[in-house]
Amino acid sequence: MSAFLIISLLALIFGLILGFAAIKFKVESDPLVEQLDAILPQTQCGQCGYPGCRPYAEAIANGDDINKCPPGGEATVKELADLMGVEPKPLDEDAITEKRVAYIREDECIGCTKCIQACPVDAIIGAAKHMHTVITSECTGCDLCVEPCPVDCIDMLPVEETSRNWRWKFDQSIPVVEIK
Amino acid sequence: MLSIIEKIKKGRLHQFPGGVHPEGRKAISVGSEIISPDLPECLYIPVKQHSGTAGKVMVNIGDYVLKGQPLTESTNTNDLPVHAPTSGHIQAIDNHVGAHPSGLPEPTIALRPDGKEQWIDRTPIDDLSNVSPTKLIRLISEAGISGLGGAGFPTHRKLSSGKAVEFLIINGVECEPYITADDTMMRLYPEQVIRGIQILQYILQPQHTIVAIEDNKPDALSVFQAATKNSDILTVSIPTKYPAGGEKQLIQVLTGREVPSGGLSMDAGVTMFNVGTCYAIEQAIDHGKPLTERIVTITGEGVNHPQNVWALLGTPVYHLINHAEPSKKRSNQMVMGGPMMGFALKSEKTPVVKITNCILVPGEGELNTGEDARECIRCSACADACPAQLLPQQLYWHAKAQEWQKTQDYHLFDCIECGACAYVCPSEIPLVQYYRNAKQEIRSQEEEKLQAEHAKQRFEARNQRLEREKEARLEKQRLASEKRKQAMEANGSDAKDKIAAALARVKAKQQDKPASLEENSASNTSRVADAIARAKAKKLEQQTKTVAEQKDANESSQDPNKARVAAAIARAKAKKQAQAVSSDELSTDNASAIVSTIPSVSPEDEKKARVAAAIAKAKAKKQAQAASSDELSTDNASAIVSTTPSVSPEDEKKARVAAAIAKAKAKKQAQAASSDALSSDAAQSRAKTAPSRSPEDEKKARVAAAIAKAKAKKQAQAASSDESSTDNASAIVSTTSSVSSEDEKKARVAAAIAKAKAKKQGKNADNKPTQGNTQEGSE
Repeated sequence: MSAFLIISLLALIFGLILGFAAIKFKVESDPLVEQLDAILPQTQCGQCGYPGCRPYAEAIANGDDINKCPPGGEATVKELADLMGVEPKPLDEDAITEKRVAYIREDECIGCTKCIQACPVDAIIGAAKHMHTVITSECTGCDLCVEPCPVDCIDMLPVEETSRNWRWKFDQSIPVVEIK
Repeated sequence: MLSIIEKIKKGRLHQFPGGVHPEGRKAISVGSEIISPDLPECLYIPVKQHSGTAGKVMVNIGDYVLKGQPLTESTNTNDLPVHAPTSGHIQAIDNHVGAHPSGLPEPTIALRPDGKEQWIDRTPIDDLSNVSPTKLIRLISEAGISGLGGAGFPTHRKLSSGKAVEFLIINGVECEPYITADDTMMRLYPEQVIRGIQILQYILQPQHTIVAIEDNKPDALSVFQAATKNSDILTVSIPTKYPAGGEKQLIQVLTGREVPSGGLSMDAGVTMFNVGTCYAIEQAIDHGKPLTERIVTITGEGVNHPQNVWALLGTPVYHLINHAEPSKKRSNQMVMGGPMMGFALKSEKTPVVKITNCILVPGEGELNTGEDARECIRCSACADACPAQLLPQQLYWHAKAQEWQKTQDYHLFDCIECGACAYVCPSEIPLVQYYRNAKQEIRSQEEEKLQAEHAKQRFEARNQRLEREKEARLEKQRLASEKRKQAMEANGSDAKDKIAAALARVKAKQQDKPASLEENSASNTSRVADAIARAKAKKLEQQTKTVAEQKDANESSQDPNKARVAAAIARAKAKKQAQAVSSDELSTDNASAIVSTIPSVSPEDEKKARVAAAIAKAKAKKQAQAASSDELSTDNASAIVSTTPSVSPEDEKKARVAAAIAKAKAKKQAQAASSDALSSDAAQSRAKTAPSRSPEDEKKARVAAAIAKAKAKKQAQAASSDESSTDNASAIVSTTSSVSSEDEKKARVAAAIAKAKAKKQGKNADNKPTQGNTQEGSE
């Protein structure tokens, strides 16, 4: 009888501790989604098929493929693979991973504001029937403004190389020389 | 226990780990005097010559500037201005190859000297004690002084850190082979350098001031020891070992302290300046001269007369090399800086900047080009040589594999890029380049992370904004509807009565309708006629409202040419009707009758014809709709057709309005009658006529083109992937382009519209290629 009481008491105590811990250390949201979202490049381009980077992060957490993010490139896929504990996959297609920004040919712009509405990061300024232009430093190169333009005056141009973003380019492989 | 300064005085110095002893080769450029080369033809002054951000350009092309005049102004503490090195005219403000390993163009001010060397008004400071250190720091900043040792850190920022300075160290070590610029400075201008040190002492109030000179410069050492004998400045000879001149290494040699990883020299209680910087400070404070020139060593076997020169900032490198006479042994290499830490120049036009202490022109085979690199044999000679106690071969390993995180685990950012590891490497691997590459990759990745974070914030801010706007819109709608409700309630029974009356009317009508079908033909026709008349009146009313918008169309219809257009449109409409009421054979006959009559009428009285056609169309349509399956009404319609022409000539306006209505209807019908071969034919014919007319009357042509385009568009949408319509679009594009020279704006607008349409069509065609094929067949 006493054994039964002791076991019951212990069960009660541990139950209380667990219940308290569940309330005290409650996790607000899925931390995995936060981590995945931090890896994604935040271009909000929707090329993954989801409306923005966070929805895609949620989808990955729920088991979607990790190779749907062309702007992130192989590096992002690798990081996602590490985090999710799966094998890295090659990117879906031969996507362009070169960094690009939108450029509006301003004399052809008719001021329709369609690109402004499409831009996920408000990087295009302009008003109806006035020429628009892209704030290059804010543009994530997501391509979303190109499609809505009725006069096709938006080009995606590679980011211009300056001495600031220039990198040493030398042949990474060292030729093997046979020593005689 | 002796204090640090006592130890230094006794010559008990410390050692830094590693280090190498490369061949000095300094003797070849040491001379007893400095010769300034002639003024170059043009000076290329990069807007940014220090580590920081560029100032704002203050001059314009063609301006005449005096020597020492600021060309840019600083807008924040990271900025430093650049000054005109001589008087002359601003030739260009453009991109010019920069003094950077990339050789990429950078914003540069090109100055053409006039040879007068006319100075701007200068305001030297006579007595330091009257001036606050803050003002001196500002003057130093305005003189554009950055560290002349190599890193180019803005001097005023070092001075205004606010931390207590234990040691002020003046760096005259100059440990890198070949370079003798600081040596020359110390030998020839000791008073000025010491005066500069005194100004720094006044600003920083250090506990101790030390001038450190490597013992391979005995002349400079003896000059300085003599000059500082009776002052509070201590001149110290330090043993020659590369890279003793590195800031962290020199601090370690003198004080035994190590600058913490990721820290600054100030964390070790030390502030360090190059001797050249001291000279520049003296010039700025005592003479009011901004930094516009510096001593540059031109050396190497590639020149006949290696020497030190006073070079104006912005002097192209080739000018200096020509001054020192290129030798026969000269290779195609040029290095800015020394052989250990300098970088190869991509262009001879690269200008001298504030950090340029040496131009090395090596002869053939003088320098290792790094082309004979072999695999790492893990000999660890680099680890022994590294003054920062890193593991260069591990760093190399991971940098090569692009494992950036691993390189950081091995403290990549503590690497000072001195090149000692590459110097000792038996495999001649260009190790430093790997580290530089890795550092740049990591920095750019961090920058990308920041950008991503920024983009995310903007994206979220936008979503919130959209949400807010949506809520505001809904709220507005809600308020408006409430207002309406209130207004209605306020009017009370009156409004309700009205609604009741309206309902009653509607009911009466509904009852009428079924009955009318069984009624005799006479009453029926009269009702139909009434209805048509009412509808017409309504349309006219609506039309008068939109007349302004349709102006173009109206203008066009006033012309005889337009009549033809209208006729064409009318025909098209008739066809459409035929489709709409296709089940009713009689009405089709009726429509064709209208079509046949119009052409015959038009030559006689164009206006009337147009009007008639339009009205006829409108009516035919109405009838077809209202009295479908009612034979009597068709008879009636033909009657109307015969009567209306007599009415129409009386009112031009109405006619125009009618034409407009007709057009509008045609559009609608075209939409309704989708995938109909007839309609596309009509559109084709219209499109064909449009180009032929354009030379006669531009305005009309444009209008016509616009109409045609509009229709083509509709068709394209309806009969998607119709190839003929694509042709139409291109035809339109060609006609509009001919007009464009006369009226640019309109032309551009038209072109834009045409493009837009072409795009849509293209899209449709892409989407439904199979449909396109079948359509082609049917035509």
